[in-house]
Amino acid sequence: MNEMVDVLIIGSGASGAAVAWSLADTRMKILCLEQGDWMKHADFPSTGRDWEARRFADFDISPNRRARPTDYPVNDTDSPMKVANFNGVGGGTVMFTAHWPRMHPSDFRVRSLDGVADDWPIDYTTLEPFFAENDRMMGISGLAGDPAYPPRNPPMPPLPLGKTGTRYAKAMNKLGWHWWPSDAAIATTEYDGRAACINLGHCTPGCAQGAKASTDVTYWPHAIRAGVELRTRCRVREITTNEHGMAAGAIYYDADGNKQFQPAEMVIVACNGIGTPRLLLNSASSRFPNGLANSSGLVGKNLMLHPWPQVRGYVDEPMDGDHAPMLSLWSKEFYETDPNRDFLRGYTLQFARGTGAVNEAITSADAGILPWGKDHHRIFRDLLHHRLLIGVACEDLPEEHNRVTLDPVLKDSHGIPAPRIDYIISENTRRMMEHGIARATDILTAAGATNLYTSRTILNSPGHLLGTARMGTDPKRSVVNEWGRSHDVKNLFIVDGSIWVTSGGVNPTSTIQALALYVADSIKQRLATLFD
Amino acid sequence: MSDSLSSAEIRDLRCIASMMIPRSDTYDVPGADDPTIFADILASIGRDLAAVRQALASLAAMAGGPFADLEETRREAVAASFRAEGGPLPATLHRVVLQCYYRNDRVVRALGLEPRPPFPKGHTLEQGDWSLLDPVRTRPRMWRDVPPR
Repeated sequence: MNEMVDVLIIGSGASGAAVAWSLADTRMKILCLEQGDWMKHADFPSTGRDWEARRFADFDISPNRRARPTDYPVNDTDSPMKVANFNGVGGGTVMFTAHWPRMHPSDFRVRSLDGVADDWPIDYTTLEPFFAENDRMMGISGLAGDPAYPPRNPPMPPLPLGKTGTRYAKAMNKLGWHWWPSDAAIATTEYDGRAACINLGHCTPGCAQGAKASTDVTYWPHAIRAGVELRTRCRVREITTNEHGMAAGAIYYDADGNKQFQPAEMVIVACNGIGTPRLLLNSASSRFPNGLANSSGLVGKNLMLHPWPQVRGYVDEPMDGDHAPMLSLWSKEFYETDPNRDFLRGYTLQFARGTGAVNEAITSADAGILPWGKDHHRIFRDLLHHRLLIGVACEDLPEEHNRVTLDPVLKDSHGIPAPRIDYIISENTRRMMEHGIARATDILTAAGATNLYTSRTILNSPGHLLGTARMGTDPKRSVVNEWGRSHDVKNLFIVDGSIWVTSGGVNPTSTIQALALYVADSIKQRLATLFD
Repeated sequence: MSDSLSSAEIRDLRCIASMMIPRSDTYDVPGADDPTIFADILASIGRDLAAVRQALASLAAMAGGPFADLEETRREAVAASFRAEGGPLPATLHRVVLQCYYRNDRVVRALGLEPRPPFPKGHTLEQGDWSLLDPVRTRPRMWRDVPPR
């Protein structure tokens, strides 16, 4: 049997890395189990000529298509939106776009302000110091002064506007609408041992330069130097409990497929909004027949995925194409609730650069924009590097019928039941999507784009997996309390996106990590009475 | 089930690839049935093998026999119907053909691009005109006040 540890963290992604680093200064014995591998940056797609093709293969954002030995399958047949994730040290941050908006203050008070969903048990002010600490640890580039947010100071200057950003900016100024250069988890100067971005293209399939802030190059080197152990190729099957109803540790399969037990004084789950409910439901026992930490019945429910329509068009001069990170600007013009609209809540508009030749050809052929035959070459030359694309990052509200359960048939390579998701886009969200599509169309038209094409749902996007083990003060209406501890199992904590109460209209990683740092700080403040 | 396409399947795939992207003297580029490019297509099918087989079987069913054996007008009509149906089958053929065609050195050069991976040279991104931000800087704050808890 493995030696007892003080803290067992399951998952090494955005939140697992942050909580490991933060707790390291307690000098507790901390172990993190990760089902994937360390990534070798020299193996990332941008180092080879097949860099675009690999985005449809071993670096596809869908675990079902990627199908690495370290992945687990997800049955998402009954969802118009498919799951995106990555399993490896750094988790989803290895393959995120590095877009870095925070939740807004109003996002934590949805019930009070708009009369829907629920308020969070914490607020923006509580998280503000952890947002700042996380920006420093991850190394964020951006520009202070955005009127859409309370003041913040990214530690590095923003990415250049480039040709594409300039074109968008002129269109937005013509319309009189808000825009700002996006905060990005991309180093624009040398930072904490990371090299500056040299524009290798879209950052999604990993950054060979190491400029993108995946947690394998940010938190983990610091956490490991501080004494945290990170054990890879360890897939956790279940969390076990003792006769007192406390977490006793975890059963996992090691790199050789051997079943192991890891005892722990405290367990922290950081497996994302799909992996965490899967693990808790797979940890059912005679003591917890409905799954661990599930007396509320809410484990797996209230899944939120951020519907994300996109509108693209083409302009009459070459833009940046794929010669830069994908995202350039954001707009918060339609973020806050407006009673004059036919929906509640709002969305962020994300302004993307173009794409490479392979991606342009495949997506345009699929869309019917790029013909077969003799006109193919002429039209392709009008498309390549002439693309503008706006994404509409919609907030979806929590609904219990949107959920993660265990699939009765599908299993991973270790025979562990796989997750199944059931998800429906609500009427409020559909109205929001249409509003966003119309505004994106206005912007592209103002930018002089033609040949517009709308994609209402992106099949494997955006990988924002939220809400399935929500936080709250009422044990009947939440899974964890206001500082991340399970209501039912007092030495079990959850720190990933599953504890979100509502989803906001933003990419979640910044807020996920701020929350993880906040939970870690709460643990440190309460060490003497932590399990009371 | 064989782990590679049959000769009949290869004939049909080569035929549809040439219809998707024909050779062009105007742009001085080969077609997707160019021997080098088509060899790359066959070698790169990988995880798409079953899906490619399914797409080709669908095409052959629509053709009522080997697609490549159809006379040109009929072939064009079948290809148009196949594409018009949309969905994963034409998408599979797009992916396996286009991902190889648009990484071929001759094709990439004809597009005015360098045939190289992005790393380590990278690219240069111009700063752009930051004065465009001036009117946004003067806007009043936009975030909503939150009532005290």
